[in-house]
Amino acid sequence: MSEAAARAAAVIKPKVGSEDWIMRAVLVGIALYLTVSIVLPLYAILSKSFKNADGVFVGLANYAKFFSTPALFWSIENSLTVTLICCVIVVTLAFIYAYALTRTCMPLKSLFKGVALLPILMPSLLPAISLVYLFGNQGVIKDWLFGHEIYGPIGIVMGECFYVFPHVLTIMLIAMANSDARLYEASDALGASKIKTFFTVTLPGVRYGVVSAFFVCFTLVITDFGVPKVVGGKYNVLATDIYKQVVGRQDFEMGAVVSMILLLPAVFAFAADRIVQRRQVALLSARAVPFQPRKNPAVDMGMLAFCGAIGLVLVSVLAMACFASFAKFWPYDLTLSLKHYNFDLMDGGSWSAYHNSIELAAWTAVIGTAMVFTGAYLVEKSKGFHSGRAAMQLLCMVPMAVPGLVLGLAYVFFFNAPNNPLNVLYHTMPILVICTVTHFYTVAHLTAVTALKQLDAEFESVSRSLKVPFYKTFFRITVPVCMPAILDISMYLFVNAMTTVSAVVFLYSPDTALASIAILNMDDAGDVAPAAAMGMMIVATAAGVRLMHAGLTRGILARTQAWRTR
Amino acid sequence: MKANWFSGLGLGLAAAATAVILGAAPAKAKTDLLVYTAVEADELKKFKTAFEKDYPDVNIKWVRDSTGIITSKLLAEKDNPQADIVWGVAATSLLLLSDHNYFQGYAPKGLEKLTKKYYDTANNPPLWVGQRAWIASVCFNTVEGEKHKLPVPKTWADLTKPVYKGHVIMPNPNSSGTGFLDVSSWIQLQGEDKAWKYMDALHENIARYTHSGSKPCKLAAKGEIPIGISFAYRGAKSKNAGAPLEVIAPDEGVGWDLESFGIVRNTKKLKAARALADWSVSKTAQEIYNEEYAVVAMPGVAKPVKNFPPGIEDKMIKNDFKWAAANRIRVLDEWRKRYDGKSEPKK
Repeated sequence: MSEAAARAAAVIKPKVGSEDWIMRAVLVGIALYLTVSIVLPLYAILSKSFKNADGVFVGLANYAKFFSTPALFWSIENSLTVTLICCVIVVTLAFIYAYALTRTCMPLKSLFKGVALLPILMPSLLPAISLVYLFGNQGVIKDWLFGHEIYGPIGIVMGECFYVFPHVLTIMLIAMANSDARLYEASDALGASKIKTFFTVTLPGVRYGVVSAFFVCFTLVITDFGVPKVVGGKYNVLATDIYKQVVGRQDFEMGAVVSMILLLPAVFAFAADRIVQRRQVALLSARAVPFQPRKNPAVDMGMLAFCGAIGLVLVSVLAMACFASFAKFWPYDLTLSLKHYNFDLMDGGSWSAYHNSIELAAWTAVIGTAMVFTGAYLVEKSKGFHSGRAAMQLLCMVPMAVPGLVLGLAYVFFFNAPNNPLNVLYHTMPILVICTVTHFYTVAHLTAVTALKQLDAEFESVSRSLKVPFYKTFFRITVPVCMPAILDISMYLFVNAMTTVSAVVFLYSPDTALASIAILNMDDAGDVAPAAAMGMMIVATAAGVRLMHAGLTRGILARTQAWRTR
Repeated sequence: MKANWFSGLGLGLAAAATAVILGAAPAKAKTDLLVYTAVEADELKKFKTAFEKDYPDVNIKWVRDSTGIITSKLLAEKDNPQADIVWGVAATSLLLLSDHNYFQGYAPKGLEKLTKKYYDTANNPPLWVGQRAWIASVCFNTVEGEKHKLPVPKTWADLTKPVYKGHVIMPNPNSSGTGFLDVSSWIQLQGEDKAWKYMDALHENIARYTHSGSKPCKLAAKGEIPIGISFAYRGAKSKNAGAPLEVIAPDEGVGWDLESFGIVRNTKKLKAARALADWSVSKTAQEIYNEEYAVVAMPGVAKPVKNFPPGIEDKMIKNDFKWAAANRIRVLDEWRKRYDGKSEPKK
């Protein structure tokens, strides 16, 4: 660039006022937070995998050891096997379920939508425990497995399918909702059969959604730890291996190696999903006419039967866990009692764990929502500073690709280092909050960005020209208008903080034991019924919060969003 | 300080701060004692209450996990130990830890009243002191046994019979102290070669290995797996709670280990740690140990415990703690190589 051109460019550059500097400072602050809470810990775990127990660099020696220990590297194959089976099953089922909810006139749609979301309310340990009661050697319906054992790949696949169903379904619903009725009309007018229409219109329209659902399912299953921990039996997978190496043998270096190996497929799936989603956006045209399902008794009833069956399975898994938590001495004395809710006598249990979980969830919801929404606002609405905003946007995406177990272990290495001034946080509630906020940052961020994108940039321009400071616009316009999204984010963070196990399992201390961890420890000690009881406490709390959220949203929509309707 | 609130905010705050500090002072006198333990969770509250009744100025904070986990945790922290006292953890583990200079010697008041073989006589003052023995046993669910037509096993060798295939469960010795004392006793009873052959055969019958030593018996109590290799206390406790169990001490002899304590070398709470040590050898403590365990360190205290296998004391093997501690890691690695990750495809 010539000097003259550079000068010209400098002249048309808008003036950066003090407001912009404040916005940039806050943006940089949040970016720094993300750097400390995810980038540096990831670097710590990566470098740990190249060191021995005394901290000396040993190159690939740890990796060589991993690949020369059959008990360890077979887990890769095991993990991939159960994960792929699970993805095929769940994506198929969720596809039909979503089809029924969006493209048919099946009755009771909202009921089925609600039922399908049940698994979100529980840590993945709970459905696994429930499977033991259903299909274990003393299981109610163990004959249904035809002599096969629930402990192993069968149990893992069943448990994971249950656990990821709502996540996959949500993606399928969004994909199905975006369909153009004109294509169906055209297909109909051209005399195509229903089946042909399905293959030439319906499927191509949702193909990106299906691919995206597949990748999300893949990531969730391969990184989940709760289900294989409980019903994995002798079938080792990567996620349980990390736990075994670190908690069972305190072999942190091998834990780091397995983490890196688990990180690979997760990152790959994440990257692939991002690419696919970008295309999905390009597919929608502005002139699309929303599709309206027409009555078709045969299809509607068939779908009702299908959704009924799935719904029944989902409800029975929860009901089984609920009953098990009240049965006095399974399977010999089934009188109801509250004795399993006396957590103070149990391993790693105690009611304080439950209270800690509530505290963690509340802090995560409050701090996380404030930070995520502010961050998203600055990324979307601040002016100039493109490189900074792009970097921030990228940083916000990183947490999604990092499995919880890897994140938790990375925190151990980073925050427990003797020369890190932040190590005072180790074993405290704040580190659990930081970890949980970071773990669930991406989805919350994307929700906020979506809501903000719907707001016209004119608001900012007008306020600016009227010399209203940006924070006034932010608090008086942006926040109230985005209130539904803000509530969604806080509920998402709250529920996930209640149910998460993977990231915090390495970080809790005796004073900050959590309900979800208590389930794990009680199950480990053989106190399965109390573990189910603690799980039910989490379900009840999460469900309560969800109901409260629904009520609040309705109230707020009525009061502040009236402008949306005419 | 009563008028200060009104004379100015600064003075008021200062007064408030003083009040807070003064108010907090008496509460601070209570010493938090960080105790690492492997004692079963359902007993911890009882010990805490009893000890703090005698020493009201100490507040016990438990860190409890399976023996193997607590041992690994202590080893991982060996350069900068966090615990003040290790209490109710296997003597084998304490011996191993004392190789890393983990403990400071202390002879608790009344030590001379304990049976000599139950504390560290190699060092004076001793680095570790035993509290009570926990003893391997087999939990057999009679209802499920009948359903599957399983004979009641009498010996360790019985458990390798094909009839028990898939009906036996035992703890993973890498995480569970009970699992390790089983493996260690089999090796001490029949020599290493024969013991591994025995375990190879037993492995064929094992449904799976559990994380904790109490889980096999809890699973047997629930009938999930009819036979659980566990320890006597857990079996007796489940039987007392109404489980259809028979608690068996196999004839060849049973492995055992001592729940023991040792004061950590760098503790800043020495007075409180010694208080717990003194209390732990007292008759009061020994009697509480006996509520659930049949063999305690102080002779003449123990009364029979309900539903313990009869004659179990005579079946306790002559346990060589030194050998067990010195060979622990090697045996565990060998065990893992042979039996962990049973996931490999059956050929």
